[in-house]
Amino acid sequence: MAKVNLNREPMAKQDPKIRGRNFNEVALGYSAEQAKAEASRCLQCPKHPCTDGCPVEINIPGFIKAILDDNMPEAVRILKDKNSLPGICGRVCPQETQCEQACSLAKKGAPIAIGRLERYVADWERTNMGALNPKAMPPKPTGKRVAVVGSGPAGLVASADLAKLGHSVTLFEALHVAGGVLMYGIPEFRLPKEIVQTEVAYVTSLGVKIELDSVVGKVVTLDELLKSGYHAIFLGTGAGAPMFMDIPGENLNGIYSANEFLTRVNLMKAYKFPEYDTPVVVGRRVAVIGGGNVAMDSARCALRLGADEVYIIYRRSEAEMPARREEVENAREEGIQFKLLTNPKRYIGNESGWVTGIECYEMELGEPDESGRRRPIVKQGSEFILEVDMVVAALGTRPNPLIAQTTPDLKTARHGTVIADEITGKTMKDKVWAGGDIVTGAATVISAMGAARRAARDIDEYLKGI
Amino acid sequence: MFRIIYRETLAAKIHLFKMEAPAIAKKAQAGQFVVVRIDDRGERIPLTLANWDGKEGSVTLVFMEVGATTFRLALLKAGDSVADLVGPLGVPTHIEKFGTVVCVAGGVGAAPIAPIARALKEKGNKIISILGARSKNLLFWEDKLRSVSHRLIVTTDDGTYGRKGVVTEPLKELLEGKEKIDRVIAIGPSIMMKFCALTTRPFGVKTIVSLNPIMVDGTGMCGCCRVSVGGVTKFACVDGPDFDGHQVDWDLLFARQRTYLNEEKRSFEQWQAQVGKRC
Repeated sequence: MAKVNLNREPMAKQDPKIRGRNFNEVALGYSAEQAKAEASRCLQCPKHPCTDGCPVEINIPGFIKAILDDNMPEAVRILKDKNSLPGICGRVCPQETQCEQACSLAKKGAPIAIGRLERYVADWERTNMGALNPKAMPPKPTGKRVAVVGSGPAGLVASADLAKLGHSVTLFEALHVAGGVLMYGIPEFRLPKEIVQTEVAYVTSLGVKIELDSVVGKVVTLDELLKSGYHAIFLGTGAGAPMFMDIPGENLNGIYSANEFLTRVNLMKAYKFPEYDTPVVVGRRVAVIGGGNVAMDSARCALRLGADEVYIIYRRSEAEMPARREEVENAREEGIQFKLLTNPKRYIGNESGWVTGIECYEMELGEPDESGRRRPIVKQGSEFILEVDMVVAALGTRPNPLIAQTTPDLKTARHGTVIADEITGKTMKDKVWAGGDIVTGAATVISAMGAARRAARDIDEYLKGI
Repeated sequence: MFRIIYRETLAAKIHLFKMEAPAIAKKAQAGQFVVVRIDDRGERIPLTLANWDGKEGSVTLVFMEVGATTFRLALLKAGDSVADLVGPLGVPTHIEKFGTVVCVAGGVGAAPIAPIARALKEKGNKIISILGARSKNLLFWEDKLRSVSHRLIVTTDDGTYGRKGVVTEPLKELLEGKEKIDRVIAIGPSIMMKFCALTTRPFGVKTIVSLNPIMVDGTGMCGCCRVSVGGVTKFACVDGPDFDGHQVDWDLLFARQRTYLNEEKRSFEQWQAQVGKRC
């Protein structure tokens, strides 16, 4: 066997000082030489543990070999065989806990940079083949109609998979643009919206019809959809309802949910106000509450909108932070300040109702709780005041109840998640499947895509039988 | 795209649009709203439905020019379209037979209250409506409200039409009168709704108000529209917009409505300048 190369090929990023003031993509991607150099490190293990670590089972050694062989169309084909949205996954998947963690070289601390290679292949396709490259023979229409609700990662994948199998798919989206959290949540500098729309265009090129501005549960119920001739429904409406801490002062002006702040900035393009009509008021001293990816995104958006000081306030220590390492590092490089083991007690405002400060507790870690992480405990008498003029609460989200409220036989669990079979995504309601955050609560793009893929398979089995 | 079938100017800077929106028209109920976005540059604003026609497939919106988006909307003609119209959103107004209901409409609130009064009347309630405006040139739909009411009282602040004064004066007289008032519904500027609620509170008459905080998506996703009702935070878009006026934290609502005063002014002026140049 050739000597193992443990030099992971780095990917260039925009300089932190410069990128902290623009919304352009932070990571710049591999050049062809870099991609080949990284691909050449792959051991092509016959057991391909990386594929087993991938929620959508991409033939990872296969597409890496195609890069090495200079056969890019083949790399694209292998990737798209299992993943309809590689340009997105290559950017936002937590590879370090999935394929790259499973890589044989991970034990040596230098797993193949699978995510970067996936991104390279997707970007190559976008610039060289166009998203709408001719498909193999279009599938034979089955005459079966499926309604997919929600056009985020789960809905896009379910739609694409079902359309590829010949079913007639209509995708319903509540907002004015398709893409769900990929459009309203994840910022431009981490996931350019042009890439999302290219992948949406790919899904429509498969014959999927998208109905925008359609709030299922309001303008039409699930029962009405079934009655109007849909044979099956897939729910991929995510976890879009923001949570708050329910502490005094939380409704003061200048306190946003992360959903609101990111929606204004990303979806409504408030960072281009007044060219775009939607405003956002960004403070000079901004605190973001939470330790997940959404908190990092919010903090980095606030910085880019001109804040002088941006704090992440998180009640546990860095080790327990749910955000990706890479994003924590990016945030730190850009100058985001971390106030760890700190938790808000209440918000303080002025006479006109604007937030001026947060009274915080210092925290310490106790025994592990049900999440397996050490429980944060208030240090009595540790209160201090942090002066801020803007707060973003990135405290997690739960499923939007609009559909469940109008569908009594769709059973939900605590926190409003829809009860569905873990493998097939089948819900308690006849002809209805669900997958992604609506079932699991807020999780990752790729796990939503994996659940959607499995549900699509089960829906197809069902449709064949009727 | 959603086409404007018909438009009309009802009063000074108050306009009516009938929009082609068959899916929304089929499901609409009194008290619900839609979110409108004019074009790709536009913001999303909520407008309460003034009417709808399931057969024709249309919904009717009435709005006053107060800022950038309503100014831009007013420039549109019949046959033009807006990019997005989402709805019907919000919980419909609770309609049942209460007995005697006073419907108080202030200014542009005359539009959303008309279908509510109609639905209440159809349920067998006795409807007494109070329609108020600052001045005669801002009054509209007097006839429409009369047709869905058993009795109509019109007021103007400056006395240019109807009774001189504000809507809370006849409201108070009704509450003090012989007839038992079972419910009050007040829709209009927030300050007017607040004073209606203050007026009815000593009489213990349940008073429903339709709150109009700033919204973005209108589907419960962002929490911009949070209001405090009975000490509990609610999202007006999905928990409302109707709430018990005696339980609403009005000062919080007023403060939150002022969040973007500076930006709204800047955006409005920019559009006015831009349109002025074009003309």
